[in-house]
Amino acid sequence: MTEILVLVDHVDGAVRKTTHELLTIARRLGEPSAVFIGSDVSAAESALKQYGAEKVYVVDDADIKGYLVAPKAEVLAQLVEKTSPGAVLISSSAEGKEIAGRLAVKTDSGLITDAVDVAADGTTTQSVFAGNYTVQAKVTKGTPIITVKPNAATPEAVDGAAAQEAFAATVSDAAKGAKITASEPRKATGRPELTEAAIVVSGGRGTGGNFEPVENFADSLGAAVGASRAAVDSGWMPHSFQVGQTGKTVSPQLYVAAGISGAIQHRAGMQTSKTIVAINKDEEAPLFELVDFGVVGDLHAVLPAATEQVNQRKG
Amino acid sequence: MNIVVCVKYVPDATADRHFEADNTVDRVGVDGLLSELDEYAVEQALQVKEKLGDDSTVTVLTVGPDDAADAVRKALQMGADKGVHVSDEAIAGSDALATSLVLAEAIKKLESTAGYDLVVCGMASTDAGMSVVPAMLSERLGVPQVTFGSEVTVEGSTVTIRRDGDTATETVEGTLPLVLSVTDQSGEARYPSFKGIMAAKKKPVETWSLSDLGVDAEAVGLSAAWTAVEGTEARPPRTQGEVVTDEDGSGATALVDFLASKKFI
Repeated sequence: MTEILVLVDHVDGAVRKTTHELLTIARRLGEPSAVFIGSDVSAAESALKQYGAEKVYVVDDADIKGYLVAPKAEVLAQLVEKTSPGAVLISSSAEGKEIAGRLAVKTDSGLITDAVDVAADGTTTQSVFAGNYTVQAKVTKGTPIITVKPNAATPEAVDGAAAQEAFAATVSDAAKGAKITASEPRKATGRPELTEAAIVVSGGRGTGGNFEPVENFADSLGAAVGASRAAVDSGWMPHSFQVGQTGKTVSPQLYVAAGISGAIQHRAGMQTSKTIVAINKDEEAPLFELVDFGVVGDLHAVLPAATEQVNQRKG
Repeated sequence: MNIVVCVKYVPDATADRHFEADNTVDRVGVDGLLSELDEYAVEQALQVKEKLGDDSTVTVLTVGPDDAADAVRKALQMGADKGVHVSDEAIAGSDALATSLVLAEAIKKLESTAGYDLVVCGMASTDAGMSVVPAMLSERLGVPQVTFGSEVTVEGSTVTIRRDGDTATETVEGTLPLVLSVTDQSGEARYPSFKGIMAAKKKPVETWSLSDLGVDAEAVGLSAAWTAVEGTEARPPRTQGEVVTDEDGSGATALVDFLASKKFI
């Protein structure tokens, strides 16, 4: 059975949900071999086992973590050489895509980014042109390198052997040209992570800078909070909350847009959500063209009233 | 300092973007323009030059069909000093690997004549949106990548950025020569002034083919691609569902009823 390398996406050993999804996909393609680059694999062990890793290559990151992207690409290239895998799967984060790009050049292999599905034969599905087209593609040369978006698969808990193997990677001096001189972790909000959440409630220009109605409504639904570019550019919300072409792309079960007109830049980031709801004072707002349900009204009146009703119904 | 800004000519996102029969993007039948995200790269390059206040030059480089000259022109109007347009029929249908190869060879050719210190790119193209070319350029050129900068500082030969990642905000630093990419948070891109538009008409633009770069036609283009698009399908446009007007709280009730009917509560 061919090995499928899966780069583990973790924060201090806490494995992110996207890795569970990648391991599930890897099981379709072959035998998942997780690649853990970090200082202590113990925090990651149970998740990697639970989602089907047969092997876990453990790479110490002492010589890696202080440098941007390039060392991780070298590690993966060395593992590709050693294992001749059937594919390499990486999360579609900014870092993930850059690692994948460098790896493709190093191994002279084809690269597919932002896959929303990967079939057993390696055919990928991508959603392109702001969700207007679906594309089927396949790597035809070298070792397929595929970056996968969050929510591309439902993680399947199927225990793997998760046999650990230490791998001593060699990091060249050339890979250490970009130093990470400071790193400030994102503060936990207590809400689901935007790209992983099943429900997202976003606010835009119509909030006038007051996101409380949006946040309270999100909390009543157990949702993540998002923001339009206008809200971010006005300084009301940090960029990490931005949904859109230059922010996060989300595809939740339910997307609620409050006070967002729906410029194409925003639509590119949420158009493939399963159910779309909008609340806007302006009945001409372009976003209404996409909605499964819409309310023409002031979000400052509608959302608090809706929040109260949701909380009541939930008891 | 010699600064090279890589820009892409892309189909207008507000137009009907679609694919040709061979599954490549139609770049001819749709109006195109300088990719919006590359405007930020041009802006940062110009700011570096202005801060130095010396005879540094900003060269704008693109790989694309004939109409891609428009992208070069816009960058010149913003203030870039000269342009290089690599155009060759054999490049059509190239994937990111081939595109980065052609760009890298063009940069090396610029290096052999004038040298380069800094390559600046946008954070992603607005058509393919892969965000991989800057990293691939860094790999091919053998220089560091300092990428996804939302705040950029150049002091002497050190480039420092603030990089807003998924899980953390990082400060990243590298020494020239290197590849820098900038996000749409890095600073508003200037509009060309009337003076800039006039001045652009006299700025030199060179056009190079693959043979000028010593790149084999077999190494690029659709048939050389490392990936194959097997099919494309237009998603049926979403049709509008129910839209109600809020009257004394009726909107909230209707909304909650809808959510309950869909089992979200």
